[in-house]
Amino acid sequence: MPDIRSEIDALFVDYCAAIDDMELERWPELFCEDGLYKIISRENFDRGLPLATMLCESRRMMADRVVTMRQTQLYAPRHLRHIVGNIRVGDHGGGGEIAVRSNFLVLQTLLDRPTEIFSTGRYLDKLVRQDGRLMFSERICVFDTVIIPNSLIFPL
Amino acid sequence: MTAAISNRLDRSWPEQGHARVPYWVYTDPEVYRLEQERIFAGPSWSFVALACEIPNPGDFKRTDIGDRPVVVVRDDTGAITVVANRCAHRGVQFCQKDHGNTREFMCPYHQWTYDLRGNLIGVPFRRGVNKQGGMPEDFDPASHALQRLQVAERHGAIFASFDPAAPPFEQYLGASMLGYYDRVFDGRELRLLGYSRQRIPGNWKLMFENIKDPYHASLLHVFLVTFGLFRADQPSEVRMDETGRHSVLVSSRGEQKLNETTGAMKSFRQDFKLSDPRLLNPVKEFAGDATVVMQTLWPNLIIQQQSNTLAMRQMVTRGPAAFDLNWTFFGYADDSAEMTERRLRQANLMGPAGLVSIDDGEIMEFSQAGVTPYDDESGLLEMGGRDTEGVPHMVTEAAIRAFYKHYRLVMGI
Repeated sequence: MPDIRSEIDALFVDYCAAIDDMELERWPELFCEDGLYKIISRENFDRGLPLATMLCESRRMMADRVVTMRQTQLYAPRHLRHIVGNIRVGDHGGGGEIAVRSNFLVLQTLLDRPTEIFSTGRYLDKLVRQDGRLMFSERICVFDTVIIPNSLIFPL
Repeated sequence: MTAAISNRLDRSWPEQGHARVPYWVYTDPEVYRLEQERIFAGPSWSFVALACEIPNPGDFKRTDIGDRPVVVVRDDTGAITVVANRCAHRGVQFCQKDHGNTREFMCPYHQWTYDLRGNLIGVPFRRGVNKQGGMPEDFDPASHALQRLQVAERHGAIFASFDPAAPPFEQYLGASMLGYYDRVFDGRELRLLGYSRQRIPGNWKLMFENIKDPYHASLLHVFLVTFGLFRADQPSEVRMDETGRHSVLVSSRGEQKLNETTGAMKSFRQDFKLSDPRLLNPVKEFAGDATVVMQTLWPNLIIQQQSNTLAMRQMVTRGPAAFDLNWTFFGYADDSAEMTERRLRQANLMGPAGLVSIDDGEIMEFSQAGVTPYDDESGLLEMGGRDTEGVPHMVTEAAIRAFYKHYRLVMGI
């Protein structure tokens, strides 16, 4: 039985790999069925304003997002690279939820220009164990980079 | 000064008139300087805030008109003042917070202090120290206020103008555009839902062209087309004010079905279904058949009503080749919890990660990249003819032509 920290680490590595390696269809699978995924600016978050930049209220809504990324949206080809650190594991809540906070840095590389810092901020997560596997019941991405460099296509 | 700038503008518009847009309008730094002076600092009304962003006395918000930073503040009487964010002493941008509540504004450099109407109320060491120094005897604080702009407020939205010659706001919009404006801003109190901001690496006029161009919407936007949110086979119209500077695109939602028109759209996907349809669950909330009204107001605003998502899209210019698009999403104070939830879900369509609007941000970047090396070339605007009249359909570029007709008049080019 691995310790909780290395389980969390493995989940986060898997999350980053699903996006960075363009295995986007694996991304919703890291959430539970009624999981919440929200990208919200620090500006809105700090002021208690509810508007999200991206809001998925179920695994199916995330899967719909993936279909639009693959099939309906127009955007210049790019690669993302997620770097995650400063992972703080909080207390186990009632119902076995684990609260975890971490920092993220997302780098973006378009084909004809140098790599840029696309976004930085923090993840506010709630993790649960289902079918013997750790997964997200909630991931809220609060980004400091309030002025987004044009388009936010893929999950932070 | 104006003449000097004009003289440096050694450019002539293509002879086909407003059916062409020369590519140098998107790139020339002198054109940009002239736009700042004649358009953004000219007799126009720029959107600066919703009243619900600064509801209480002392509430302020920082924003920009063109590339000039301003501060919007509410005083004790409830009146709104808009001032340039530039100390009257040495030009320091005195306000650094994006919003807040204050009793006065103080420039940090020499602590010159202003009240909420921009009057200079404090100058440290004005009388000198130990009878030495100090301002001259005839120094009059009353003639060193912050630069105050003209302010217009209508039904919860605030506009400002650098030029005292700006006509009254209602007259500036004209009867027809005022009707569309009042459709969303009907006097009900608004509720701020939040902001989205993106920096688009393209010229600001590309944004207006995009929203004045219903032709592209039926082709570029697979999501809109597939779910019938805006499509050429639906009842639609394009209308302009008398000057051509403001316009609306109006349409009604249709179904996701294959017909002669959708068959001609490569972007129509009959097979694409949402596995969680809560994302698109619009309800009718405005009188009439229209389910989408996109209104462009010269020179910096798009009022977005698409299904139940309402937003002000404010453009802030960042040089010829970039602009910030600031989205302020809102609802009404009397919205039910369900309606607020619906607006927040539908916000997935719009903004920097919008299922629809991502396409536009990217296209504007591609446009800027495409035109930049070609000063001698020009864009073609002949869909729907070469005139500038409104039409009861969306297969037209007339609203873009009307925009450039007015643009050329204001710019003198």
